[in-house]
Amino acid sequence: MNIIQILFWFLSVLAIFSALMVITSKNPIYSVLWLIATFFAISGHYIMLNAQFLAIVNIIVYAGAIMVLFLFVIMLMNLNKETEPQKSRWLKIAGALAGGCLLLVLVAALKSSVTKEQFATVNEGSIGLIKNLGKELFTTYVVPFEISSVLFLSAMVGAVVIGKKE
Amino acid sequence: MPIFSYIVLSIALFSIGIVGVLTRRNAIIIFMSIELMLNAVNLMLVAFSKMHQNAAILAGDLSGTAGMDGQLFVFFIMVVAAAEVSVGLAIIVMMYRNIHSVDVNFLNRLKH
Repeated sequence: MNIIQILFWFLSVLAIFSALMVITSKNPIYSVLWLIATFFAISGHYIMLNAQFLAIVNIIVYAGAIMVLFLFVIMLMNLNKETEPQKSRWLKIAGALAGGCLLLVLVAALKSSVTKEQFATVNEGSIGLIKNLGKELFTTYVVPFEISSVLFLSAMVGAVVIGKKE
Repeated sequence: MPIFSYIVLSIALFSIGIVGVLTRRNAIIIFMSIELMLNAVNLMLVAFSKMHQNAAILAGDLSGTAGMDGQLFVFFIMVVAAAEVSVGLAIIVMMYRNIHSVDVNFLNRLKH
């Protein structure tokens, strides 16, 4: 078992454990903090796959901006108390069963479609570097890039319109 | 790493997100579960892009740009997720202002 496998298992266990804590925590603040831990584990996976640009963007955008927005909203509504109404136990069991069935079906369906020789190269390759990605983004994908700026503008206008008092 | 390890990891994260949506009643936690599912898909796309690059190099294509599209898709998914979160949280704040709760069970009617 070399260092790459040890890192992979460590990050995977960290990601799955913190994802489970996100959906089982009673207090929404703890859920946000565990979700940040999940995002850091996923960023670790990106760094292992040599996708440095996406790892940094993941930390800046998700763990930095989006999660701070969640924290602000939770604190604004004063929801950091453990009085959330719970679903009935049968609904919880049914939900967990449904998710488990999805996991089982997807893994079983994809198990036969991949061969043992298909590897994701770890710690090599240059397609994840910001130089190559930036070149591709501003040549081939320049139209979607500009459209996404319009999307951001409309999201900003929409958030302000929805949020203002009438 | 074998690609199947990444497939299983992503499916596990995605299923945890599904279970979160199905079992919780707090709208903010449901929203966070959706973010978790988006991140599972992102991880899968990056792993597949590295697998595609590996296959292209083995097939003799040494230009080194194969598989770059997957990572750009991940970038665009992040852009759309950021826009989605800003609008979604504004909707949740408005809902809290109107019915003083973020419980999704109170939202089973479109008017009140």
